[in-house]
Amino acid sequence: MRNHEVTFIVDPVLSGDEIKATAKTYNDMLVSGEATIVNTDEMGLRQLAYPIKKRTTGIYYCVEFTQKSPDLINKMELAMRRDERIMRFLTVALDKYGIKYNQDKRDGKIGKAKKKISKTAQAAKANEPAKKAAPKPAPKPVAAAPKPVPAPAPVAVAAKEEEE
Amino acid sequence: MASRDDIKFLSNPNIGSNRQKYCRFRKFGIRYIDYKDPDFLLQFVNEQGKILPRRITGNSLKYQRKVATAIKRCRHLAMMPYVTDLLK
Repeated sequence: MRNHEVTFIVDPVLSGDEIKATAKTYNDMLVSGEATIVNTDEMGLRQLAYPIKKRTTGIYYCVEFTQKSPDLINKMELAMRRDERIMRFLTVALDKYGIKYNQDKRDGKIGKAKKKISKTAQAAKANEPAKKAAPKPAPKPVAAAPKPVPAPAPVAVAAKEEEE
Repeated sequence: MASRDDIKFLSNPNIGSNRQKYCRFRKFGIRYIDYKDPDFLLQFVNEQGKILPRRITGNSLKYQRKVATAIKRCRHLAMMPYVTDLLK
């Protein structure tokens, strides 16, 4: 019995309902395979770093679950490979630190820990918004609103400006 | 006689003395590196998106391995580019 995490990218061309249905298909598949879903994180529409199947954006989902039978993951990955709506996926086994990290992230504790690291990289983060704002031509309110990761303030501001 | 403040150096005297490197994961007690956080992982790549070596980042071997894995996963999920120019 281990904790796993599957991240997948859904085709953004689909309608909102279809996207939700796609995510639900895999949630249901996991539940029917006697897995316990710990958390489902909808990361929303994001810009891809490089085009996949001629798409430049994608809708990210991340599902953390505890599985009992190892066959379940094979079954799920096979279904994802065959699924046209899924552009990319990645299943990862979490170690105890990963489980704790995800738990802390849900509780909103990670922001503090992040700052400690980024002290050294403040300069790097400072010039980030300019770079981040540039390759986003289309206004994407979905991506800007439900970002769970405590984004550095300048990035959020840049995203807001785009919305307007 | 000139006072000490007036002494000018032809080159920056601080250049030769190299800073002590350290592993930020050990120093700050970070145990898990999230592959879904490209902003953080950006610190460990150069402008072309290549993973920086340990002698520059100062990471310990254990965490350098974890960083490398996280960056590769991040690239697979198209959150970070495989090859690029002017990343930073």
